[in-house]
Amino acid sequence: MVHDLVNQLRSFLPPEAVLFETEDLKPYECDGLSAYRQTPLLVVLPQTEKQIIQVLQLCYKTKTPVVARGAGTGLSGGALPHAEGVLMSLAKLNQIVEIDAAARTARVQPGVRNLAISEAAVPYGLYYAPDPSSQIACSIGGNVAENSGGVHCLKYGLTVHNILKLRVLTIDGECLEIGGQSLDSAGFDLLALMTGSEGMLGIVTEITVKLIPVPEKAQLVMAGFDDVQKAGNAVANVIAAGIIPAGMEMMDKITIHAVEEFLQAGYDLDAAAILLCESDGSVEEVADEIERINTIMLKSGATKVSLSRNEAERLSFWAGRKAAFPAAGRVSPDYYCMDGTIPRKHLADVLRGIEELSVEYGLRCMNVFHAGDGNLHPLILYDANQPGELERTEEFGGKILEMCIHAGGTITGEHGVGMEKINQMCSQFRTGELEMFHAVKAAFDAEGLLNPGKAVPTLHRCAELGAMHVHSGEERFPDLPRF
Amino acid sequence: MQSIIDQYQVAIQAAVESKTPVQICGGNSKNFYGNPLTVNHDVLDVSAYSGIVEYEPTELVVTARAGTRLADLEAALNQQGQMLAFEPPCFGKAATLGGCVATGLSGPRRAAAGAVRDFVLGVRMLDGSGKDLRFGGQVMKNVAGYDVSRLMVGSLGTLGVLLEVSLKVLPQSSAGITLRLRMDEAQAIDKMNQWAGQPLPISATCFYRDELFIRLSGAKPAVHAAQTILGGDMLTNSSAFWTSVREQTHNFFQSGKSLWRLSIKSTSAPLSLPGRQLIEWNGALRWLICDETVTAETIRQVAKDAGGHATLFRTDEERRQVFHPLDPGMMKIHRALKQKFDPAGILNPGRLYPEF
Repeated sequence: MVHDLVNQLRSFLPPEAVLFETEDLKPYECDGLSAYRQTPLLVVLPQTEKQIIQVLQLCYKTKTPVVARGAGTGLSGGALPHAEGVLMSLAKLNQIVEIDAAARTARVQPGVRNLAISEAAVPYGLYYAPDPSSQIACSIGGNVAENSGGVHCLKYGLTVHNILKLRVLTIDGECLEIGGQSLDSAGFDLLALMTGSEGMLGIVTEITVKLIPVPEKAQLVMAGFDDVQKAGNAVANVIAAGIIPAGMEMMDKITIHAVEEFLQAGYDLDAAAILLCESDGSVEEVADEIERINTIMLKSGATKVSLSRNEAERLSFWAGRKAAFPAAGRVSPDYYCMDGTIPRKHLADVLRGIEELSVEYGLRCMNVFHAGDGNLHPLILYDANQPGELERTEEFGGKILEMCIHAGGTITGEHGVGMEKINQMCSQFRTGELEMFHAVKAAFDAEGLLNPGKAVPTLHRCAELGAMHVHSGEERFPDLPRF
Repeated sequence: MQSIIDQYQVAIQAAVESKTPVQICGGNSKNFYGNPLTVNHDVLDVSAYSGIVEYEPTELVVTARAGTRLADLEAALNQQGQMLAFEPPCFGKAATLGGCVATGLSGPRRAAAGAVRDFVLGVRMLDGSGKDLRFGGQVMKNVAGYDVSRLMVGSLGTLGVLLEVSLKVLPQSSAGITLRLRMDEAQAIDKMNQWAGQPLPISATCFYRDELFIRLSGAKPAVHAAQTILGGDMLTNSSAFWTSVREQTHNFFQSGKSLWRLSIKSTSAPLSLPGRQLIEWNGALRWLICDETVTAETIRQVAKDAGGHATLFRTDEERRQVFHPLDPGMMKIHRALKQKFDPAGILNPGRLYPEF
């Protein structure tokens, strides 16, 4: 059967674009979440939209599952291959087709790296705003599939806010033009529906993104606090003062120590939490805002406040935050990155809960937090060589996500559900919503051939999970509306 | 409040059983918009389920019931120095949040801040079988499940009955002024796009009769700095002017049989269509009032060639195909989605497209 498929694929793809030998398939067996691995039946590397259409038509005819893959940096196993399916890498579609400086848009292929778009827009004084931390490597097609954010998304929005148009192929090879060069389009908002749909509804072959002017200036306030609650209040106070910072990041004590050991960014080792708060805009705007942020930090009980005096210092303040992941890799053989969002007011409670779980499971946990929008990234430190430690880590992580749901938040802010959080979907949604998700999928892909088994759990799976868990009837925040 | 939802559910189930569609009606302020229901139908009044459920200014999130009057919601936000940044038009005192989301219409700030859909974080809704469903949530970043909340925006009640909506809100700007500059249309389109590509605090633009109006909003020093760069003279009744554009009480909108809304690529050169035009959103929105000598097909073709679409926004004539026709592939997906959300086809049939 594999050979039949290979022969048919090779009738329209060059030989090097169809991989089926075990050693060639190996590099594709996982994405950024390496704990989940699966060898695909075969890998195709199309270079044109026409080739993708041919692959899809063949797969549709032979009822072969198709999993799309961008740069493979995803953190939820969204691009985990299917054992009986074709893994379609879109890496070769890597052209920036057009930059329209006057209209402030760029038309790009899905395999273009996120950062490459901004780099290409520099001569026009423009850039593409969403900046996921993997932006040097991740592809724009993957960003659309996951609705990626970044440290600046409180002010500048997520992928869904920064794209105008998609060319999408459905599983039967039909081409849809979704969105337009205008700010809205006729009919349902399929642009929003496609964004974050994790490769379940169609294959994106071209993306028109919005570009925005590069701010004249950016400046950073770094504030240390002796208490996490005080840092959380400081964030609320900044927002209450009518300021939307360009970035607002928080790190807890264990993270501060890990990164300081790693690259000596000059972080305050006595602090229980550090806030990085960035202002950008015109010179006048930034001067005004930075002064107000400084005052608010001091009034909120910051023990130490530093303002970046120049661009080099701003980048060095950021360096520590950006090094949180490699620093985790240095203090521990392995780490597992979680991605829940909570209403910010519950931050202190949730962090305390994580601390208790950390003791219970005997595993350390670092916390970095997109504080402005409530997106929490606990990094659980573990050693995969210790028997049972990965399993304990996963259970610990699962409990953190349940805690996010109970605090009125969500199990994933920006990494996607993929394979990783499929069980927690049963906790976040009820049968009615899950049925509707399956119905939406069926409206695009009735045979269920695109990325099957991801993002939305079967009702059967949830029923089995429900039977396994004995609910004590205790909820952490019983008075909260569950919206 | 649950009893009101129970009533809606009973009404929906009755509609399914009797095969009599319902027209969903909130404040009845935007009934002029979209295609009328052509089949025999009942009216489902959804204005009773109203009130703010939760509002935490420091979380930048408000959750309100769909029957809440837009004016009441905006007043509550105003008290905390916050706003709906997409500046939705009301077109009447009774306008509700549900109608705002269902029509998906945004006002002058749209090009700078985003549209209704950009601020919707979650919805609670009834589908076409009366099932009570919740999508999205109350947090800013959330990628669990398909984005059904945003799909509801602009779907004109064809996919479900909105019960509650959570929205991201933003602080109001501390300072704001409007500049008026004299120039012709081509020059204005050029300038608006040029300035939108620079870090200037422009929150709205409007061009009408050789005058370009630019609203600057932000911190005082930033607004003053921008004023020096842009020049022109300062409008004294700034806020009244933008309200008249947003609510279509401006003189431009007061005459003519049909008002067309052309949503196109912002840099498109002046459109060669007879009649009068008013331009917003840096050139991306062109309002057209024209006489009957131009056919709908011509207007649609012009909009399509300019990278967008045309809507017959208001008319004294009979309304049939108000929205830009969809390609067959897109229509197939639309019908499939409609079938999933409303299998009996009883929610606002034909309101968006005659086909569903």
